[in-house]
Amino acid sequence: MRKTRRAGSRAFMGLVFLFLYAPILLLIIFSFNAGGSNVVWEGFSLRWYQELFQDQRMMNAVYTTLLVSVLATAISTVVGTLTSVGLYGMKKRWREPILSVNNIPVMNADIVTGVSLCIFFVAVIAGWNDLVVDGWNGFVTFLEENFRRTLPRMPELKMGFLTLLLAHLSFDIPYVILNVLPKLRQMDNSLVDAAQDLGCTWPQAFRKVIVPEIKPGIVTGALIAFTMSIDDFVISYFTAGSTSTLSIEIYSMVRRRVSPELNAVSTLLFVVVLALLIIINVREARQEKRASLPLDGR
Amino acid sequence: MAKELIRLENCTMAFDGEVVLDNINLYINDHEFLTLLGPSGCGKTTTLRIIGGFQTPTSGTVFFDGVRINDVPPHKRAVNTVFQKYALFPHLNVFENIAFGLRIPKADPENKKKVKLPEQEIRSRVMEMLEIVNLKGFEKRRINQLSGGQQQRVAIARALVNQPKVLLLDEPLGALDLKLRKDMQNELKRIQQTMGITFIYVTHDQEEALSMSDTVVVMDKGRIQQIGTPEDIYNEPKNAFVADFIGESNILDGIMRADGVVEIFNRRFQCLDGGFEKDEAVDVVIRPEDVDIVPEDQGQLKGTVTNLTFKGVHYDTIVDFYGFKWLIQTTDYCPVGSRIGIKIDPDGIHVMKKSQYSGMFGDYSSYSEEYDEISDATLVPEEAEEEAHYEE
Repeated sequence: MRKTRRAGSRAFMGLVFLFLYAPILLLIIFSFNAGGSNVVWEGFSLRWYQELFQDQRMMNAVYTTLLVSVLATAISTVVGTLTSVGLYGMKKRWREPILSVNNIPVMNADIVTGVSLCIFFVAVIAGWNDLVVDGWNGFVTFLEENFRRTLPRMPELKMGFLTLLLAHLSFDIPYVILNVLPKLRQMDNSLVDAAQDLGCTWPQAFRKVIVPEIKPGIVTGALIAFTMSIDDFVISYFTAGSTSTLSIEIYSMVRRRVSPELNAVSTLLFVVVLALLIIINVREARQEKRASLPLDGR
Repeated sequence: MAKELIRLENCTMAFDGEVVLDNINLYINDHEFLTLLGPSGCGKTTTLRIIGGFQTPTSGTVFFDGVRINDVPPHKRAVNTVFQKYALFPHLNVFENIAFGLRIPKADPENKKKVKLPEQEIRSRVMEMLEIVNLKGFEKRRINQLSGGQQQRVAIARALVNQPKVLLLDEPLGALDLKLRKDMQNELKRIQQTMGITFIYVTHDQEEALSMSDTVVVMDKGRIQQIGTPEDIYNEPKNAFVADFIGESNILDGIMRADGVVEIFNRRFQCLDGGFEKDEAVDVVIRPEDVDIVPEDQGQLKGTVTNLTFKGVHYDTIVDFYGFKWLIQTTDYCPVGSRIGIKIDPDGIHVMKKSQYSGMFGDYSSYSEEYDEISDATLVPEEAEEEAHYEE
């Protein structure tokens, strides 16, 4: 009786794992397929990886994705850390509502964030182009026609890399704050007092004491932000304008034709994100181990 | 001789309208070991934080060496602090913790340029400090590899290595066990005498205050109740609060019939106090150890023993005199229920003016087993933590 129940639960678990991971496994296997089919195995080859690296559009998309992810991670880590320190010093009455607002981009449906950012950027850019650029350029034209003098013209803005970066910042910063703030709360507040007591100005105390104390939170926050940036599709799709990220490129490739090249690029993306997740988890496990060590050596 | 170093003038501190310090006036001399003593929430930590520069008084002035320092930030003050829970930097080892203050570039008073100490000097000064606090050979250790007492020493070394004029200590021994605390008390006193600097020490432990200090400042409810030498505070408490907080006291209602004559329980006793109005109502303090037990018929007062606790050196004997219970500490064994008489010498009686604390302390009617716990200061650290939190 008990044995059959155990076998049943094992089978159920097997099914769950199969359902979860079989598609990914299949994708990885067929990325090494020599033929062009996703159904028939025609032998092992790295042909699709080779084609992938020769695909200029794809390589551009990879470059854009890496650039936007690295920049967004760097900026959001700095901004998020400083914001956390500010929030930490605030009275609870103010801090709690701000934290709730901070959580919105994390909880909100990507599609809503994406569309609203898109509408916002379109409105701002249209306003800029219609009012500032047109007005200024009209003035320059007027100068040229009447006084034979010239001034540099303002460029028209359009959706592109900058809007993409701003959109990524909007969802990366909350993740950094969510990881840094708990570390600040764990920190013994008198450490800052002690640093100042020993001659540090506030910025010195921040650098020499606060940052080393909250560093694990900063690094984890940065890693999560990078992961979020590198595999984001929905928000990027609505804010990238003329540029294209890897996920957008994959999406448009699916619409053209289902090529095994797609398997190859997806496999690579999967491996990168998996690696990042493993790093994050290992770090957390190590920190917990360290935290559980007795603080007092007696 | 004694030169004034720090002065607090009419300092008041309020948090969100709640007054924590009420018009404090205090001066501290150079080379003095001064203790701020009082129960949780009395304002002693706030006073220390004002001197350290972590808090600015709501009103009043702080002087250091005659200069007003209200707006001088902590890092520019010639004081260093040993914090309640040590506040050692966990990411640095013992050596680097102690060297922390030395590694901060200091402005040269002559040309205003920031100068760094040479590594050689940092090294020798840290090593010298390690020797003073008996931690030679520990420089490579991590902070979490140290015991409480060792962490305590590192915290003291880290503060002293900067050669401050004043060392502030905020309940530094609160987290240590009794034996270690006694050792550290002696150690601290020794360090203070060797280095010859001013110590301002915050504690709620009256015994610690009495045994270490040159001057004790007793505080309660944000006010200074009494300032004096340990002997003054113990022998001549100003009011019932001080008498009760420092040591054990029987505090009785009395009437001053004349200079040197006080009436308790309708009996006249000789005392050494004077300067009161005739027939003024007063509080009378009689220390438990100043009472002599005599046979009943020879006693000035006669009573019945109701409780007896063996304390090692002496017995804590509770005696009922006309409904008022006294604590008497005596080496004589008087069984419960026996009738005894007592005699009190004139110098065993101390007369105080009536105060807001009159009638609140000094009666041992509620004496029970719990009394031991209540009067044991070692149990208070938790409360002290609450206080620190509250005062932030």
